[in-house]
Amino acid sequence: MDTLETTALEIGTTVDARGLSCPMPIVRTAQAIKTVASGALIEILATDPGSLKDFTAWCRSTGNELVEQTVDGPVYRFVIRRK
Amino acid sequence: MDEPINLVLFSGTDDKLQAAAVLTAGAAALGKPVNVFLQYWALDAFRRERIDRDHGLAPEAGAEGKDHVDALRTAGQASWAETLRQAKDLGAVDIQACSLSMDLLGIEETDLDPLVDGVEGVTAFYLNAGAGQVVFI
Repeated sequence: MDTLETTALEIGTTVDARGLSCPMPIVRTAQAIKTVASGALIEILATDPGSLKDFTAWCRSTGNELVEQTVDGPVYRFVIRRK
Repeated sequence: MDEPINLVLFSGTDDKLQAAAVLTAGAAALGKPVNVFLQYWALDAFRRERIDRDHGLAPEAGAEGKDHVDALRTAGQASWAETLRQAKDLGAVDIQACSLSMDLLGIEETDLDPLVDGVEGVTAFYLNAGAGQVVFI
């Protein structure tokens, strides 16, 4: 849990996509990442079950780095570093 | 990633338009250009006066399917029109009305919702599609 807390300090923007269905978690993330500088971290909270594969694929395709991926009950949490 | 995704929308029911809007927004989020070509009943649903109405569901939905769709709406799912608006904010999404369908349905360009960028024929659609995939919904 140490890494999570350390990362939390560096996160500038959180996208709360809980309760949103596909593709809105990705859409909101794509919008939000444009608002932060290269190298900055954004955090996403989502409940859409497709999120795990979608965020992995989105990061691979866009070149942004998926730094963390955790599951807490029904909530998926991702931390992404803008390329 | 540069070849566009090309969606031909024919059906005008809310479920098929929702599926098309999801595909559009997903592609836009990946940075893929999307060309949307509106024909027949899909075009009819993009009339300014009708876009926010209930357009029903495909016949295979049945009563049980309608319950599922309604539940997702009640839970706050964005409408297909709103999903397309967000997709257009996000990326290169171009929505064109099929000129033949405009004639067929007696629609003028001013009758269409601002989501629609213009009117074109099938030749222009194919030209813009390039080597990208074409999906018919």
